[in-house]
Amino acid sequence: MTFVNWLKRRLVVVAGLFTLAYLLLPNVIVTVFSFNDPKGRFNYEWQEFSTEAWRDPCGVSGLCGSLTLSLQIALWATLGATLLGTLIAFALVRYRFRARGAVNSLIFLPMAMPEVVMAASLLTLFLNMGARLGFWTILIAHIMFCLSFVVVAVKARVMSMDPRLEQAAQDLYAGPVQTFLRVTLPIAAPGIAAGALLAFALSFDDFIITNFNAGSTVTFPMFVWGSAQRGTPVQINVIGTAMFVVAVALVLVSMAVGNRRNRRKA
Amino acid sequence: MTTVTEAPPLAPAPPEPEPPRRRGRWTPYLLLLPGLLWLLVFFALPVVYQASTSVQTGSLEEGYQVTWHVATYWEALSEYWPQFVRSVLYAASATVLCLLLGYPLAYLIAFRAGRWRNLIMILVIAPFFTSFLIRTLAWKTILADGGPVVGALDALHVLDVTAWLGWTAGDRVLATPLAVVCGLTYNFLPFMILPLYTSLERIDPRLHEAANDLYARPSTTFRKVTFPLSMPGVVSGTLLTFIPATGDYVNADLLGSTDTRMVGNVIQSQFLRVLDYPTAAALSFILMAAILIMVTLYIRKSGTEDLV
Repeated sequence: MTFVNWLKRRLVVVAGLFTLAYLLLPNVIVTVFSFNDPKGRFNYEWQEFSTEAWRDPCGVSGLCGSLTLSLQIALWATLGATLLGTLIAFALVRYRFRARGAVNSLIFLPMAMPEVVMAASLLTLFLNMGARLGFWTILIAHIMFCLSFVVVAVKARVMSMDPRLEQAAQDLYAGPVQTFLRVTLPIAAPGIAAGALLAFALSFDDFIITNFNAGSTVTFPMFVWGSAQRGTPVQINVIGTAMFVVAVALVLVSMAVGNRRNRRKA
Repeated sequence: MTTVTEAPPLAPAPPEPEPPRRRGRWTPYLLLLPGLLWLLVFFALPVVYQASTSVQTGSLEEGYQVTWHVATYWEALSEYWPQFVRSVLYAASATVLCLLLGYPLAYLIAFRAGRWRNLIMILVIAPFFTSFLIRTLAWKTILADGGPVVGALDALHVLDVTAWLGWTAGDRVLATPLAVVCGLTYNFLPFMILPLYTSLERIDPRLHEAANDLYARPSTTFRKVTFPLSMPGVVSGTLLTFIPATGDYVNADLLGSTDTRMVGNVIQSQFLRVLDYPTAAALSFILMAAILIMVTLYIRKSGTEDLV
């Protein structure tokens, strides 16, 4: 191996790690500044170490209310989008029907549209119908834009499924309902779970569409946006850090469990 | 429109085999009905309403009527064309930066990471778990005036070059185009890395060995084998970055100034603050049309010429 070759190999690693650092730097800042004790209204400059915000995460009025609201909306949106999206995915993979191209476009377009366009057009619909903006309009919007992502996730899983498994179940005298519940659904479950997780993450973190269709209702991202104009409490960093730690821990635990299961099978 | 559907934005799917005919002629329609109805009423119908709103005249107090006042489009364009141009420029710059930054990392995960692969993958996705607004606000700290990053860039005379190019102003980075592009790049980088990784990971390592056996230098292998084979990832990655970046107004608002307003900022303020619905609807409609045209052209081009 020549020197140039060696350097080239290192170059990719160095450049890749630089990008990783670029991606993670803001998270480091968010975590560090959750221990800050800022002087003014904004938490952008380091002053001194303090754990005050961690001891009182709900100490800012409206913060935890908005968090609860976001969780509620995300749960309902996940439920709705996963249900509707899974049905569509099964229809797309398992059945022939007319206007397949049109159906595919209708599912693809929401993912190919800038959020602000979807947000603005949905607002014109609500304005024209005279709907009151709030919880329900946010939920409707979230189910709408999460749906397509669920379809993609579930479709990928169902498509890779061996149809002979279901035939085998039927040969063994399982009825259609039994086949679906005991064979089809367990196999499709990882795809459905992935779609649901994606929907939850998208809904929970959505700002642009919510910003347009929320009226005076304040979700967690809306709260952060508002605080960026009025003054950022340290508590939003605490929430951000806690979310990050909990999510990474969950991923690591599920990976460890998965590894152990695989090892036992092997 | 059909060309758009041919290239899914996520992992490029294999060609779909026509599913077998099954019993129950109405079953597929019943399965599709609720979801498609939802998309028709809350995605497709709003586009029609938006088109209608854009040709209405009136006022908030007296109500709006459809008067086919198409001039709104002309007025909106002539007043806000700088914001349109800026949106495309910023989004394009961010997309190029995402590709330059994201490719090495995707390559690293696919070919060089070994047992670290899963960990790096988690680290790429992990930032998503913290609200993107909070993370974008962190850039205010990172790029703060007189902070270490700005100081280093200043000492290396990078700021002189960027100031000369008009990307920064004086010794500030915050509230300049550079800060906005930096934020856009940061926010959409994972959307570039994941499709790149998916298509790189599919490459048969034996192709690399074969190229090596045929006396190709590593750079030639990359140019003639790896990069062409990763084109599907490049195409979906650039689309997944460019489209949302064009419509974004969060980065321009939090990290920019009034001189860096993008078209999303205009649509947002016209809709939610100025309450000039026809102008806002017209702008949003133009943005939608522009994106669809650009994406269609791009897919055609990358699908026929560059992919060969």
